[in-house]
Amino acid sequence: MTCDTKSDFYPRDRSWHPKGLTPAYNSTVLRSPKRALLKMPTSLSETSGPVFGHNVLGEHDADMLRNAVVDGDPIGERIVVSGRVLDENSRPQPDVLIEAWQANAGGRYRHVRDGYLAPLDRNFSGYGRCLSDAQGNYTLRTIQPGPYPYPNNGPAWRPAHIHLSLFGASFAQRLVTQFYFEGDPLIRHCAIVNAVSDPAAVDRLVAKLDLDNAVPFDALAYRFDIVLRGRNKTPIDAGHG
Amino acid sequence: MNRRLKETPSQTAGPYVHIGLLPEAAGIEVKQHGISSSTRLGSGMPIIITGVVRDGAGEIVKDALLEIWQADGNGNFADGHRGFARCHTDFETGEFRFKTVKPGSVAWSDGSSQAPHITLMVFARGINMHLHTRIYFGDESDANASDPVLNAIADGRETLLAKPDTSSNNSYRFDVSLQGEAETVFFDI
Repeated sequence: MTCDTKSDFYPRDRSWHPKGLTPAYNSTVLRSPKRALLKMPTSLSETSGPVFGHNVLGEHDADMLRNAVVDGDPIGERIVVSGRVLDENSRPQPDVLIEAWQANAGGRYRHVRDGYLAPLDRNFSGYGRCLSDAQGNYTLRTIQPGPYPYPNNGPAWRPAHIHLSLFGASFAQRLVTQFYFEGDPLIRHCAIVNAVSDPAAVDRLVAKLDLDNAVPFDALAYRFDIVLRGRNKTPIDAGHG
Repeated sequence: MNRRLKETPSQTAGPYVHIGLLPEAAGIEVKQHGISSSTRLGSGMPIIITGVVRDGAGEIVKDALLEIWQADGNGNFADGHRGFARCHTDFETGEFRFKTVKPGSVAWSDGSSQAPHITLMVFARGINMHLHTRIYFGDESDANASDPVLNAIADGRETLLAKPDTSSNNSYRFDVSLQGEAETVFFDI
């Protein structure tokens, strides 16, 4: 069932994204809708969206090596994560609020509900934020997170990952995802990763080692580029493309 | 050649989503955040919307996070993020509570008007890609009757209607059901 009005955005490719129900990831079994999603065109309610400026950011939000320091540097491998935010039409996406969260080097989250036995790091919170610049570029500095166990269909392990939340200029572009690290042998065993069925799509969730951006004698670097939904080109626009 | 890029695939927000999106709920103090469970819209009647999120077994989901985006009382989208709010479901009770204003009507793509509504997105462990729905108002029968989105729903339209709380002024109840008999209608917009 659909309305026949044209949408301002390309429809989401629901076979590229993970399906709602992926039983190997047990938590989806009771939390995925059984009814088909109702396909609707966008209206101003979705083409508009919240806009965030530098006024929402704290001074060291983009630097997780510093933003929770109590009495020293956090423990772990120092890394720089950077990339570019584009839309599906390859247009740079400026002023995208990127919110990040992650476990510490031991795989422990600073969260009242995480009771994993690995220790907390008093100098690390795992909370970070930044805005993409005019060319869509972003950079975060942090610690390489550790893998950790979680209950799935029996005990399971998450590969090292960092969660990202993104706001484009339109609420229709809203995206929450996670990225992994090139070469991690746990990636192929992870039920949450494997909720994405296309290997090419999984590869898009893997940050690549970026030695050119490593800071000598300081921090390794990884590259993670992000693509948000793009506006449906009108026939006139397409002629210019 | 006009070759489209593919969108970055979604992944679940997971159980520790609060660290990144509502750090105080996780127990992390930040000096500057700017996002709360209240919108900051200048015009419109103040309202409170409370509810819970249930799973397919009827259990209350206590690790969900919800976001709303809406027009002000005149049907205009304010600058910045004043029409945006974010709330998690309480770790003990499972309840969420938004403070906002009742939105005015917003135009549909053909120029006709939509009934007052709030866009709602739901994130949680076990939700591989956020769920997108709308909160309409049960006391807007006339406007709802001609709303193009509500009228496209064959079954489950009532799941999108916030119920006015008869015991308190300007309060509404909106429960989300991820799966099951009262499953909320979710959109692919």
